[in-house]
Formats: sequence, structure tokens, C-alpha cells
Amino acid sequence: MIVGTSGLVLNEKLLFEHSDAGRKGYSLPALDVPAATLPDGLCREEIAGFPELSEVDVVRHFTRLSTWNYGVDSGFYPLGSCTMKYNPKVNEVACRLPGLADVHPATPDHLAQGALTLMYQLQEMLAEISGFPAVSVQPAAGAHGELAGMLAIRAWHEARGNARRTKVLIPDTAHGTNPATAALAGFDVVPIASQGVLTLEEVAAHMTDEVAALMVTNPNTLGLFETNIEAICALVHERGGLVYCDGANLNALLGIARPGDLGIDVMHFNLHKTFATPHGGGGPGSGPVGVRADLAPFLPGPLAVRDGDSYRFAGPPGSVGRLLAFHGNFGIMVRAFAYIRSMGAQGLRHATEMAVLNANYVRARLEGSYHLPYATRSLHEVVFSDRDLPNDCHTLDVAKRLIDYGYHPPTIYFPLVVKGAIMIEPTETESQETLDEFCDAMLAIAGEAGADPELLKNAPVRTRTRRLDETGAARQPRLKWERPC
Amino acid sequence: MDFPEELKYTEEHEWVQVEGDLVIVGITDFAQDALGDVVFVELPEVGAEVTAGKAFGVVESVKAVSDIYAPVSGTIEEINEELPDAPEVINTSPYGDGWMIKIRLSDPGELDGLMDAAAYQAHIAEEH
Repeated sequence: MIVGTSGLVLNEKLLFEHSDAGRKGYSLPALDVPAATLPDGLCREEIAGFPELSEVDVVRHFTRLSTWNYGVDSGFYPLGSCTMKYNPKVNEVACRLPGLADVHPATPDHLAQGALTLMYQLQEMLAEISGFPAVSVQPAAGAHGELAGMLAIRAWHEARGNARRTKVLIPDTAHGTNPATAALAGFDVVPIASQGVLTLEEVAAHMTDEVAALMVTNPNTLGLFETNIEAICALVHERGGLVYCDGANLNALLGIARPGDLGIDVMHFNLHKTFATPHGGGGPGSGPVGVRADLAPFLPGPLAVRDGDSYRFAGPPGSVGRLLAFHGNFGIMVRAFAYIRSMGAQGLRHATEMAVLNANYVRARLEGSYHLPYATRSLHEVVFSDRDLPNDCHTLDVAKRLIDYGYHPPTIYFPLVVKGAIMIEPTETESQETLDEFCDAMLAIAGEAGADPELLKNAPVRTRTRRLDETGAARQPRLKWERPC
Repeated sequence: MDFPEELKYTEEHEWVQVEGDLVIVGITDFAQDALGDVVFVELPEVGAEVTAGKAFGVVESVKAVSDIYAPVSGTIEEINEELPDAPEVINTSPYGDGWMIKIRLSDPGELDGLMDAAAYQAHIAEEH
């Protein structure tokens, strides 16, 4: 059954279009003091074009817009690489506790012991989960954590006088932010064309004495575990380099494998993916970074450190410095802390097992109707392509048609190594019924591509706005409203 | 798809037209088709030095952002000033109005490393 939009679907004009001269949302008492006059030149003759509305107009405008949101609280959100798992409400309760929500970031350490204890314990829990002895929770997003990690790698090399190491190897299955991070940290990027899973030979061919680090994503953006990772790490170390792992896909490894134990030297965490804090429009993010012991002095700081029974902010000694004002997105840290504590070690491992099972369930149901470019066993996400779709139907058409069926589309056209990629990450929080309904929709769409391809090419048809001209919007964006003449 | 015989090609899907010690560079019909509608192009400045195999610019489509690599080393002699305002000509005329840069060659020997049309088509077939 199609669960698109129908019935009482409210459209909404811009505030400017609602405006009517003289309407207002306030009333002031009559003036009972002498009127003052502002000096000439400080007063505008008119404020041209500002919308004038009553209070109810404004309330309805924003309330209607709020109903247009699609999020994990309204439906299945299989956006590959983003780990759109459900965000438990107990985390929201925890982060709103007055003692945590109201603590000022400039509060002296001795009066902020609760917040410091939480940050210290979060560092310790992330260290235990990942196998990295030192963690900084300061970075405010995934790419921010990447930058922190790459700056630490640079500082580590500089401290050893390795000025020649200016290059970073990045396989084409790594996350798209990795090359940007390496460049921002001052490195030259050397791409490695991989064949799905990175091999020792591919790394060996590029691993010269000019290479500072290899940046991998594990499992990679094809949802495949890098099975050669231990040998690759050993080779990179032997030749004087370090290995950075993009931790965005950590949801596939909790309680099963620890990146630090695999030989990886630096990794960031996405609390807003793996540890169930809100993301997308609901952010902000949080991207703690973990490192092996000899890189710990270079972490961004200050860190929460323990002195006996009390905690304070300090060091680390060779820190790459602060990455932002104050201490990071503390409210997100509280949510992640609550998530980890409420799940427990067994619960986190179970979440990973279910995430992998769900991805492979979707894979098993869709395989045969959608082309699977890599046959290797999937972990937490699965990547299909549009290669076998008939009648000139493409990935974009499938994504638009999914909207008619009431689903947020998966990630499309990424990773770039798969032409017409459809990247599905169901996460552990979806029931078999939800997965079945989604797979039924995907299979119905594959059938429509053969029987009635116009259904795909005209999609979406059940939305307020039909298919948008994305090319036109990108080439000639109209970024402001213009009053009709 | 069209792959003119008189051009030379790179593995990264750029084409090269040789005119004495100047070469004209753009992206191939295959590349524009794979990218989809091109919406943005970033080109180097005239006078900039480029190195064979290194990125000299960026092309962005509705699907992806990709580096464009210099087929040969040299100095940028001229850029296609029309492209930033009309990136769609890369889709409609990849070998004509969609040209990107002219490079004054520093090492003509580098041209020997490029593919002819037949070898490039074989490369595409093998890659995909």
C-alpha cells in the first residue's frame, strides 16, 4: 500500500506572501511620557518589504512547516553512511537535567565536578570501546574529529623531524570528507584505486618515505570489512607511517572488534551516528578522537583528567590546541553517555549484531532485483547499483519513487566507485516488519521500472512539489524572494 | 559516444589536442556522461604552473565533485572564460565549446604517455 501524502496536506506560503500592511503581533499601551525624537540620520524612512503578520499567522506558518519534517521519529530513514538509528528519549531526559543543562562552560573546575566526571568517564568508555588509550571529546563533528586526528598525526611526525612526510594515501572507498581533511591539515592527497577491499599490494605500491599516513574507513563505504587491515597497518608502520581510520562506520564493530587492536593509530567517533545522538537537522554533532599512547600528547585539549577523587581540565602537553571555544558539544556528550550506560557492553554488541543482520536481510531481499556490484559479505550497510534497471531508469528515479511510497530515500550516487550507487543502511533499530515494508516498496519499484517506467521518471507524484529541477537550482540558484511587480 | 581520432586521452578521462607546443584540454564524452549535468567548474589562473597527473581544477555535477588532472606539465596559457557562467556546454560540447584550458608544454615527451582513441576506448571498456 502506498503511504504517501493525501487529505489534509497543508501547503504554505512564504511569510512575505502572507504579509498585509498594518497587521502586527503586538499591542503597546498608549504613550504616557513625552515623545523623544531620534537625531536625523539614525532613523530609516521605511523598512521596505518586511512582512507584517498577526501572531496566529506566524504560529501557523512555523507549525505547518514543522509538520513537513521527516526524521527518524516519523519513519524509516535508510540513509547509507549516516547511521540514522532511533535516538532514545531517555537521552533527552538526561541532557535536560538542570545540573547538566545549566552548568556554565566557564564554571571553575571545582564547581563543575559532575560535568567533568561525565566527560572523563565518556573519554574512558570510548577508549574501552575502541581500544585507543587516549580520547579527546572536544571536536564538534565528524570532520572536526578527522581534522584533530590528522593534525595530531602531523604533529607526531614533526616531533620526529619527518618533514618529508607530506602525503596521505586515501583509497577510493574512504569517506568523502577524508581527502578534504587531509588537504586542510596541509597534506597532499594520493588516491588509491581499490577493488572493493584494500589489498596489501595496493598500499605497498604507494607507501613511500614521503607518506605520513593512510586514511581508511572500516568498514568501508561499500559496507565491506577491510579484511587486510592488520597486515596493512603493519606495513604502514614498518615504513614509518601512521594509519587513520574514519570511525563513521563504527556501528558495525561495537563489542566485536576494536580498531585500536587492529593496528590503527587514530580514529574519530561520530557520537551522532554510533551513539544515537540526534543528527541531520537535530544536531549538533560530536566527533571525539582517539589515539594510541604515543600520539596522546598531541590531542586537542584540554582533556578531562582525574586527580584521585576529583577532576579538572588539563593538557595535553604537546596539544595541537583548542579546536573551538569551551569544551565541545556537552549536551551531545551527555546523550551519548546515557546511551552507552543504558545499553551496556552487551547491549552495544547486540546493536552491532542487529545492524549487520538488518543490512544483510535487506541485501538478501533485494539481491536479484537490484545489481549488487560487490559480492563480499556486507556489514552494516549494503550498496546496490542501477546497472540492471530496464527502460533507462536510474538511481535518481528510484529515489524519487521511494518518496511516493513514504520513505526517505537512501544515499544515492555515493560511494563514487559504484556507478549509480544506492547505499542502504537500515540500522539496528528497525523491526523486520519495517524492513519488509521498505523492501516491498523497493521490489515494487523495480517491477514498475519494467512495466511502467514513467511512474519512476515522473516521481514523486504524491508530494506537494513534484520533481525539482536540481540542475537549474545548482546552476542558477535563486536565493532570495523577489516581490512580484 | 564520440572519441575523436585526432585527440589524445588520459586514464582520468581528459582529452588533449596538440597544437605545436600548446595543448588544449577538456574532459571526454564518457566523463561528462558519467558526471551528469555539470553545474560548476573551477579552473586555474592564466600563468599558473600545472604538473602532469596533478589536479588543476574541479568539475561539479548534481551527482559528484571531481578533480580534473593535468595530462601534461606546463604553464596555463589560456582558460575558457565562458565555462564558469555556462558549465552546461561541457555536457553539450565536451570536445568543442566545453574545452577548459590551454597549457604551454614544458616537456613534449610527456605526450608519448597519453592514449590514442582506440586505447582509451579499450580502457573504458576494461574499467567498466
